[in-house]
Amino acid sequence: MKIAVCIKQVPTREWQPRLTDQKTWIREQDASYEMNEPDAYALEESLRLREKHGGEVVVCSAGPARVQTVIREALARGADRAIHVEHDSLGAADAFVVADALAAAMKAEKFDLVLTGLQSDDQGHGQTGVILAERLGIPSSTIIMEVQVDPSTGSGQGGTLRVKRELEGGWFQWIAMPLPALLTIQSGINQLRYATLKGIMAAKKKEIRKASVPEGLQPAQQIVSLAVPTRSKQTQMITGSPSEAAKELVRRLREEARAL
Amino acid sequence: MILVIAEQREGKLNRATWETIAAAQQLAGGMPITIAVLGAATGGVAQELSFAAVSEVLLAEHAALDPYTPDAYATACRAVIESVSPTYVLLPHTYQTRDFAPLLAARLRKPLITDVTGISGTGTGAIFTRPMFQGKLAAQVKPLGGPPALVTMQIGALRADAAQKGGSAAVKKLDVQIDSATIRQKPEAPFREAKQAVDLAQAERIVAVGRGIKSKDNIPLAEKLAKAMDAEVAASRPICDNGWLPMERQIGSSGQTVAPKLYVALGISGAIQHLVGMKGARTIVAINKDAEAPIFEVADYGIVGDLFEIAPALIAELEKT
Repeated sequence: MKIAVCIKQVPTREWQPRLTDQKTWIREQDASYEMNEPDAYALEESLRLREKHGGEVVVCSAGPARVQTVIREALARGADRAIHVEHDSLGAADAFVVADALAAAMKAEKFDLVLTGLQSDDQGHGQTGVILAERLGIPSSTIIMEVQVDPSTGSGQGGTLRVKRELEGGWFQWIAMPLPALLTIQSGINQLRYATLKGIMAAKKKEIRKASVPEGLQPAQQIVSLAVPTRSKQTQMITGSPSEAAKELVRRLREEARAL
Repeated sequence: MILVIAEQREGKLNRATWETIAAAQQLAGGMPITIAVLGAATGGVAQELSFAAVSEVLLAEHAALDPYTPDAYATACRAVIESVSPTYVLLPHTYQTRDFAPLLAARLRKPLITDVTGISGTGTGAIFTRPMFQGKLAAQVKPLGGPPALVTMQIGALRADAAQKGGSAAVKKLDVQIDSATIRQKPEAPFREAKQAVDLAQAERIVAVGRGIKSKDNIPLAEKLAKAMDAEVAASRPICDNGWLPMERQIGSSGQTVAPKLYVALGISGAIQHLVGMKGARTIVAINKDAEAPIFEVADYGIVGDLFEIAPALIAELEKT
């Protein structure tokens, strides 16, 4: 089975936002980066499916040169090769531009299965995967918690897929669909593996194919401004040593909030 | 005009639809509002919505819309949009919307602005506020490329009871064509994994733990604090994903929504998905080592510090009296 996994590089959870002078984007040069968390789960799932059904796992990422770091990390964890759609503007691009850029680079590969995380920890549109599926002309299902592949069935093509989709409030649903297909993966679907030293060494020799961004891609939305969100509540910060803070909090919860 | 896509399942309206209607009324600035109800047998949903102060309710019923599939919904919504030519299409940001709205936007090649928490301005020049970077930043966003723009409203961003009623909108049937051969997903019946052993919705006080608790071995610390506060223990998603606490103790968009008297967030950074499940609590306490954590945005009381020092101090203080 030929599996693609789409990975985005995003600022780390610990990163403190700093904005450009126009306040329409972050200062990318100041950020520290990591693999988007739901994408890491999608990668792990693709590696598990390859271990079970054979084939190859191809990492696909759209972004500036810096995203090579997460591509190498994914290769070190076990992916076979990579496609990097490279352009400086892709770091701030919207879901339409990223999906169109990925689709152009991925289409000829004719993947049996494409996995993405369900949303990114940066812009968080939660759209790129589904738009990519439509551009590749394949069905999609989102917020997936389990993947079963039956390569031998289906209407003569590449087999069928049965996936567990998460609904709200603790409900789930199994959904069947033909391959090829695209799934957006929920965090926590599996236990992540980390790269071994052997994997890191092997990754250095793996192929990363560079692809360029097609001309004329149109964004569908524009960030007019970015700001630290305004507080909806006046938070009373309690300071002091742990025992002083604890004493003061308990007093306020009893006397002011009457919550204890 | 503004089109609101209602969400219903088996004739039961998802209440988040009323929040979306409230958003449409705020955005309208004189534009008429139409609500569309999609499904196979939607019962009294269209009638229920006709009491909203809107101009029309469209009922698009088709056997292929039950059970829900993204392919059928995208097809039906596209048909409704093309028949009424809206400026905006508003939807509640539910899991169902997250599944089909990007497909609809991709087919229409029109913008989709998701998880919107606020709208400034009315009519065609409106700007939409949505969280980015896990809620660390709020972005003001405008759609590009001409109408319609699709907008999904974060659950709880507006109040359902803010929707103006008192209307008597006509309910009009709309025929939509769906070729069942184009529906590629075949869903089975929804199910629940765990019987709810605890009903967190009924708890007066909740102590919830997040990533900051670091290891399963530290869960007893949270349990001890909960006991001292006469509270139930709950958790954010990563804790339950790791199996450190059972799934039924998960608070957030994929777990339970709670509104207790007291909510203590221990080492929870406050991702949007978690905040949705608890921001209705009367008093919120946040204890976190990161002073910039979004959880402090919704907290009434905050302590910046090491929970492994503060929680034992709190237990000691509570046990004193």
